[in-house]
Amino acid sequence: MDRVCVCVLPMSSLRPNYPLYIRSTPTENELKFHYMVHTSLDVVDEKISAMGKALVDQRELYLGLLYPTEDYKVYGYVTNSKVKFVMVVDSSNTALRDNEIRSMFRKLHNSYTDVMCNPFYNPGDRIQSRAFDNMVTSMMIQVC
Amino acid sequence: MSPTQWDFPVELCCRPMAFVTLTGLDVVYNAVHRAVWDAFCANRRADRVPISFKVLPGDHEYPKCRSKRTSYEWYIPKGILKTGWMNKHLNLVPALVVVFYELDWDEPQWKEKQSECATRVEIVRQSLQGRNTKVAVVLIQKKTPLPPGEDVIASERAAALCNVCELSGKSLFVLPHTDHLVGYIIRLENAFYEHAQTYYYTEIRRVKSHKEFLNKTTHQLLFVRHQFKIAFFSELKQDTQNALKNYRTAYNLVHELRAHETNILEIKTMAGFINYKICRLCFQHNTPLDAIAQFRKHIDLCKKKIGSAELSFEHAAWMSKQFQAFGDLFDEAIKLGLTAIQTQNPGFYYQQAAYYAQERKQHARALCNHDASVMYPSPDPLETQTGVLDFYGQRPWRQGILSFDLSDPEKEKVGILAIQLLERSVVHSEIIISLLSNAVAQFKKYKCPRMKSHLMVQMGEEYYYAKDYTKALKLLDYVMCDYRSERWWTLLTSILTTALKCSYLMAQLKDYITYSLELLGRASTLKDDQKSRIEKNLMNVLMNESPDPEPDCDVLAVKTAQKLWADRVSLAGSNVFTIGVQDFVPFVQCKAKFHAPSFHVDVPVQFDVYLKADCPHPIRFSKLCVSFNNQAYNQFCVLEEASKASEVLENLTQGKMCLVPGKTRKLLFKFVAKTEDVGKKIEITSVDLVLGSESGRCVVLSWQGGGGDAASSQEALQAARSFKRRPKLPDNEVHWDSIIIQASTMIISRVPNISVHLRHEPPALMNEMYCLVVTVQSHEKSPIRDVKLTAGLKPGQDANLTQKTHVTLHGAELCDESYPALLTDIPVGDLHPGQQLEKTVYVRCGTVGSRMFLVYVSYLINTTVEGKEIVCKCHKDETVTIETVFPFDVAVRFVSTKFEHLERVYADIPFLLMTDVLSASPWALTIVSSELQLAPSMIAMDHLESQVDRVVLQTGESASECFCLRCPSAGNVEGGVATGHYIISWKRTSGMESIPVISTVITLPHVIVENIPLHVNADLPSFGRVRESLPVRYHLQNKTDLVQDVEISVEPSDAFMFSGLKQIRLRILPGTKQEMLYNFYPLMAGYQQLPSLNINLLRFPSFTNQLLRRFIPTSIFVKPQGRLMDDTSIAAA
Repeated sequence: MDRVCVCVLPMSSLRPNYPLYIRSTPTENELKFHYMVHTSLDVVDEKISAMGKALVDQRELYLGLLYPTEDYKVYGYVTNSKVKFVMVVDSSNTALRDNEIRSMFRKLHNSYTDVMCNPFYNPGDRIQSRAFDNMVTSMMIQVC
Repeated sequence: MSPTQWDFPVELCCRPMAFVTLTGLDVVYNAVHRAVWDAFCANRRADRVPISFKVLPGDHEYPKCRSKRTSYEWYIPKGILKTGWMNKHLNLVPALVVVFYELDWDEPQWKEKQSECATRVEIVRQSLQGRNTKVAVVLIQKKTPLPPGEDVIASERAAALCNVCELSGKSLFVLPHTDHLVGYIIRLENAFYEHAQTYYYTEIRRVKSHKEFLNKTTHQLLFVRHQFKIAFFSELKQDTQNALKNYRTAYNLVHELRAHETNILEIKTMAGFINYKICRLCFQHNTPLDAIAQFRKHIDLCKKKIGSAELSFEHAAWMSKQFQAFGDLFDEAIKLGLTAIQTQNPGFYYQQAAYYAQERKQHARALCNHDASVMYPSPDPLETQTGVLDFYGQRPWRQGILSFDLSDPEKEKVGILAIQLLERSVVHSEIIISLLSNAVAQFKKYKCPRMKSHLMVQMGEEYYYAKDYTKALKLLDYVMCDYRSERWWTLLTSILTTALKCSYLMAQLKDYITYSLELLGRASTLKDDQKSRIEKNLMNVLMNESPDPEPDCDVLAVKTAQKLWADRVSLAGSNVFTIGVQDFVPFVQCKAKFHAPSFHVDVPVQFDVYLKADCPHPIRFSKLCVSFNNQAYNQFCVLEEASKASEVLENLTQGKMCLVPGKTRKLLFKFVAKTEDVGKKIEITSVDLVLGSESGRCVVLSWQGGGGDAASSQEALQAARSFKRRPKLPDNEVHWDSIIIQASTMIISRVPNISVHLRHEPPALMNEMYCLVVTVQSHEKSPIRDVKLTAGLKPGQDANLTQKTHVTLHGAELCDESYPALLTDIPVGDLHPGQQLEKTVYVRCGTVGSRMFLVYVSYLINTTVEGKEIVCKCHKDETVTIETVFPFDVAVRFVSTKFEHLERVYADIPFLLMTDVLSASPWALTIVSSELQLAPSMIAMDHLESQVDRVVLQTGESASECFCLRCPSAGNVEGGVATGHYIISWKRTSGMESIPVISTVITLPHVIVENIPLHVNADLPSFGRVRESLPVRYHLQNKTDLVQDVEISVEPSDAFMFSGLKQIRLRILPGTKQEMLYNFYPLMAGYQQLPSLNINLLRFPSFTNQLLRRFIPTSIFVKPQGRLMDDTSIAAA
């Protein structure tokens, strides 16, 4: 039973936190991952608001483990313009340590920046970029 | 809910307290004993020692103590922990038995009483045979005891009693029944507590002593059992640190046991118990992180120990219970002061418990789907002889059997069947919902709104499975808007799908329609085939037919629903549903747009309603109406087509009333605004689109304002930012995104077709009646009526200007304060095309500065719009800024009679007042007259009639007047003496005769008057002639009340010879005059200096010649000696 799942979505910085991009494997239980990512935003919001108060290093974008569940680990990352990245991985996957997660987020962020640099991309629209897609796919393959 | 198999036993969850029994108390009939018992057990506060008391008769039978084993060699345990053990030590086997006995030290029948007491103690000892339970005696006495050592009889008898009862002195207590009962009782129970602790200490030692006899192969279970017992006794002893330590050891030992399918339930049960104890103690010790770590470890160890696959729901139930119990412990600790955080709070544990409860339900559904014909086995394999199990976690049909091989597979099968059949009767949904609602309450507390919503969705879904559709809908409906506002369409779609099923199964028409509308909309992520199915159902519903059932619904429920729908169809009644769509995302989008932000009242108001359908198939609507804030317009904006219900699906592609998916339909509306609405805003308050017909069912989609729904504002924002090029469309089509809602427009008045001219001569002069001629000419094609003029100061300027500006139509008289600053609505009659009229307005400005004047002309005219006759009110206004200036500047000077400037004037000595009027007006001014009004302190030396009457002053010209005045001595007045007023009456030279003369009053300056001691004036001719005698008479006048000594000398001069006193000293009496006569004989012609007269006052050294020279001439013109004829000519000059 292959239960490894990665779920990626940069969130718009606009008020409604709707997903610009969301993908998961396996696809049959997609809804569950959507819910998981959505609920993790509670923690992301709280962390971001805490950032405003305390003098946290502004260059640290990685939010770390958002909250643990029995079967999955939810990690978060937020850019300086408050674009949120959330990743859900199987908690049994011990190969993924903080450093790996961090570098995966960095990769995502870079790729997202490329998307944003596309003059034909309208910020706030769903991401429909082949390059971004391929990057996510390769990352998922690597993890699974 | 009654306790289930999975709930922890009460004796595990309670806080263990030392158990002490009280005997010899008759709490029913003896008031004293009752009072003693109440003092023990009533109102036990937290600061009292932890003991649980029980009153028992003296001859109570305590549980028998089994004979002590001397060797464990052949002993094989049958289980880990007996089910009765904890209860036995909490409630049955006391740590201490107290014998109460009424006995005073001075009891006369001491011997008898003493032996009775001894008997009672003996009976108690008998029933405790073999136990280490302590015995104590309490003597209830009526008298207050004397201080120890003083009562000799007491100490003797106490020793004797101890001896007879075989008690140590420490176990004998005296309880005087006096006022201070509670105080004595507290001391007593503290002593009991010490005894109890000793008892439990010995019990621990006793259990520990067994250890050396055990071996690791056969006695594995005993290791756990003993460790648990030690820990439990430690808890009873209130030694929680050691209890925790021992429980931890016991926990590790449990997991060292060899596990097999047959005993895994027992192992898990015990592990669960011990884990519960550990977590509880950790929370009690305020080390919540230890508790969490232990729990995580516990779960990780046990998660995979599923046991029998046929009973896998049991494992899920057990897991669920573990999480729930931990959540409860955590929550309890929070109530006692622990602080939890967003990412670590009891909610997560309840959520997980709910998750396992759901898993349990799924397993149960898969494993317990026996046919209805399968009967519950008889005899009941779950029945035991005693009704309870001997050991925790064992199977009733094979209690105490340790072998891993199933001796009787048939029996096992029956047992499992019995459990499976029992599981069927469990209401899983109830468990799940209660766990979820616990979790919701927690997440609400810890700022997790989305988690809360998610759990509420799960609750709703669970209610749906439990067939409680009303509650399901209520919950789902509640959270829907959160997901909608966050734009998580996949999640919203999933919730809507469930909600649609609920509303179908309940045949809730309105809800069914509402959810269908949204599931067909653009926010729905459903596939097209699903959408088409829903659309078809919706059409059926609108045609008063039953829809097809939703997929994946319970068959029985569908049957009930179909009946309900059939009833709905036959039911007549309210079949119109109005649905406000602004809060969700329906499948028809609407935008209304006025063509312009404002319309003139004489042109028709036009606006478009754009509609777009997002459903997979074309849809026909029956009516579209638009409502306005002024409802009178509603009737003009209705689009209706008489269509029969059956036609809804036919002729789809034709007609205005049909919406083709993805195509924008534009509908134009036009109406004539009412003239009363000029200056008002017309707003679209709602757009109503009617689907279906009134004969069948109809749905009114009602957009508030000019359309737009829950998603459209965000879409509009996105569209506005987009750089994307839109493909070119045919002329009559527009891009949906490019349409911007414009839901209101202003009605403004008709454009006037008249001209208003102003004629005037700026600037205005202060206080004059300024003439403003207004010319109005009509350029209209038809006569205009009711022309009205409003003229005057434009409102909204400085308030002071309003008071200092007055307007009148009558220029013949000066206006005063009572005239208004603005004349309103002066009727000026009607005008025919091309005709013009003129009106003169006079303005009087009391202060200088610039003012804005408004001239506003309004009139009525009849026109026709769209074949409708309306009376329009038009107006035109003109504003003009007029500067007001002073007409002239007036300068006033005081000079001496010699025209020399005077700083001050001298009392009684004449001086001149000169006025200069300098015209500052750009227009010629006529000074009608001037007048000098003297103050009483001034006296005119001659007549004061005006010298400038009828003088016309051009710009920059000035007119001067001169008046000779004298000021009598007025003493020393501070600030000088008032001179009076100078009044100039004037008007514009160009002004008409009728225009009144304006008087400008100028207040003359004050002048300082000074007294002088001596006044000198000279009488001399106006000129001299060479070699002709020139008589000069100096008058010296003493102005003081003193006799003045005066030295006078005349200095010689080259130009004159003279006769007279050259140097003299004389006295002048007060008020008298002295005359000095000199004859000067000029020697040279021309303007010559006179021989200077020097006067020296001995009393007034300050009186100098400088001052003197102001009064007397210093030079004179001397004519040459000429011919006689010339003489006369010069004299004439």
